[in-house]
Amino acid sequence: MKKILLMGNPNVGKSAFFARLTGVEVITSNYPGTTVEYTRGYTLIANEKYEVIDVPGTYTLDPTCKAEEIACEMLKEVTKKIVQTGDVIINVVDATNLERNLYLTMELMERPIPVIVALNMYDETRHRGIEIDIDKLKDWLHVPVVPTVAVTGEGFIKLSTEIFKACAPRVRSHSTDERLLDVGKLVKDVQRIHYRRHTWLDRLEEMSIHHLTGLPIAALVAFVSFFVIRQIGEGLIDYLLKPAFEAFYTPLLMKLSGWMGGAGFWHDMLVGHLINGRVDYMQSFGLLSTAIYIELVAVLPYIIAFYLVLGILEDSGYLPRLAVLMDNLLHRIGLHGFAIVPTLLAFGCNVPGIMATRILESKRERFIASTLISIGVPCAALQAMIIGVLGRYGGGPIAIVYGTLFVSWLIIGFILNRLLPGFSPELLMEIPPYRFPPLRLLARKLWWRIKAFLKEALPVVMLGVVVVNLLYFVGFFNVLTVFFAPVIHGLLGLPQEAAAAVMIGFLRKDVAVGLLLPLNLTVKQLIVGCTLLAMFFPCVATFAVLFRELGWKDMLKSTMIMVFFALLAGAALNLIL
Amino acid sequence: MAGKKVVSLVEMALGEGGFVVGFAGGHGVARRLEAMGVRVGRPIIKKSQGFLRGPLTIQIGGTQIGLGHGMAHKVLVEVER
Repeated sequence: MKKILLMGNPNVGKSAFFARLTGVEVITSNYPGTTVEYTRGYTLIANEKYEVIDVPGTYTLDPTCKAEEIACEMLKEVTKKIVQTGDVIINVVDATNLERNLYLTMELMERPIPVIVALNMYDETRHRGIEIDIDKLKDWLHVPVVPTVAVTGEGFIKLSTEIFKACAPRVRSHSTDERLLDVGKLVKDVQRIHYRRHTWLDRLEEMSIHHLTGLPIAALVAFVSFFVIRQIGEGLIDYLLKPAFEAFYTPLLMKLSGWMGGAGFWHDMLVGHLINGRVDYMQSFGLLSTAIYIELVAVLPYIIAFYLVLGILEDSGYLPRLAVLMDNLLHRIGLHGFAIVPTLLAFGCNVPGIMATRILESKRERFIASTLISIGVPCAALQAMIIGVLGRYGGGPIAIVYGTLFVSWLIIGFILNRLLPGFSPELLMEIPPYRFPPLRLLARKLWWRIKAFLKEALPVVMLGVVVVNLLYFVGFFNVLTVFFAPVIHGLLGLPQEAAAAVMIGFLRKDVAVGLLLPLNLTVKQLIVGCTLLAMFFPCVATFAVLFRELGWKDMLKSTMIMVFFALLAGAALNLIL
Repeated sequence: MAGKKVVSLVEMALGEGGFVVGFAGGHGVARRLEAMGVRVGRPIIKKSQGFLRGPLTIQIGGTQIGLGHGMAHKVLVEVER
């Protein structure tokens, strides 16, 4: 099958382009580096099936980070087999930024691969006062050039006919300076820029990175985000899901319970233990009671709320500005500003967060960032449970848990930065203009993320509940709890049965918090328990991604750091509180 | 008296404009910057500066770029002073 490679600078809309061509569900945002691995999909052009590959963005074919290395590897692989396959590269170019984008185009011209140039975000050129002479550009480059708007689909019909005219000009190999000179001449010839008045968006852009107004704006954004997430999350739980569950689901479940005789192994596995003759969703621990309830009622609302807010932040273009503002702080812990993006993603789920660390340049940074995420950043599912469990005692206990996580994150980062050889590279990133999040894309992205959560989380939660029931049934937890009693009880001041929760935390953290509830813990013990679960072993999915991204040696190192500091923080809280 | 002067990005005033004239050392840094559009001869404006050797942002053509303090030291700009 013929391949189409989408290549271009970061943040030119390759992923939107890819989604438009293939219908495959990929996440798009308004910051450079959203795509860190290549994604495949298929498209039909003139009744022929093509494999389309969304390649991570790169400024040049001399890679400077892992995501760029992937791009260059992909290109090499295609170049090798090009003669017999007839593959094509669509060079996606940001039409508002020709000067910067065309350097990569020049490099691609020198390779023996057919290229077609898509001038993407063409709609933005108009209100930016940019005029491009497309025919002249075509003549210069000797390849087809098509203006497109991937978000709306403008230009894609033309693209599907022009793609057959894609050709390899095979210009001789140039030096960097020669290419830069050519780009300069070319842009001068084909592009005219008209004067344009400052808009209020420009004003806002300036204020949000200004050294005096930037941090207050960041604090405001953070406050509003948390407020909105909490309001939507709690609102959905209290006014929609909880009442609906009680009204429609509980009677059904009780009927089933009665039909199964109200007790017994299968009854307890499916419905759970009855407490005072009723199902208690947080304590019964049946597949159809607690497993369903935790995911759909306690956690899902927060997933929806979090990803809605994250989506808006991603698509508006605010995150790169936050990266600039946070750069100073993050340098103290061995990272640079851009590490704020993987960290924020990890607040949804640690797995995409750790994947996103690929955008960081050095292995050292990726190790520090991944370790800090696993220790100090609780995922949305865990946070929903923490808020659910501790919220009834007011804001104080929640603040203690988050405060402990933040302080641990800072201290461990500071220590790792001191201990690990090497240094943290400097920030260098493009800052895209503010854009209004396209509502359709925003809604679609939210829906995909919710779907992915349900598909990935629900089966594991079910499995977790089955494992808990089986292990209780065979008496495994009795052995386990006695074995770990010195640590759990002696060091952390938790009842020894909490060992079961810590172990199940390896499968899913939200189920683990659920396991703490039947123990009738005091507020202090709940705080210690939640903090421990957040910092201790990551869940199995995070482990898998740590292994893939860091290799087993660094994964073990990272795990040892987690265990040590989780126990340290837990013991400290136990002593202080 | 107005005259031309070469300064680094760090020494530029907030909102001041000039032309890139070269890079002081750091071949790798220069290449990365060039690939992102920071090239000799292009007009450049300093858009923001950070506290305590924090990063600063520049506007070059249609692109805004955030870069660290150390890197900014290496970008030489000719300004009217």
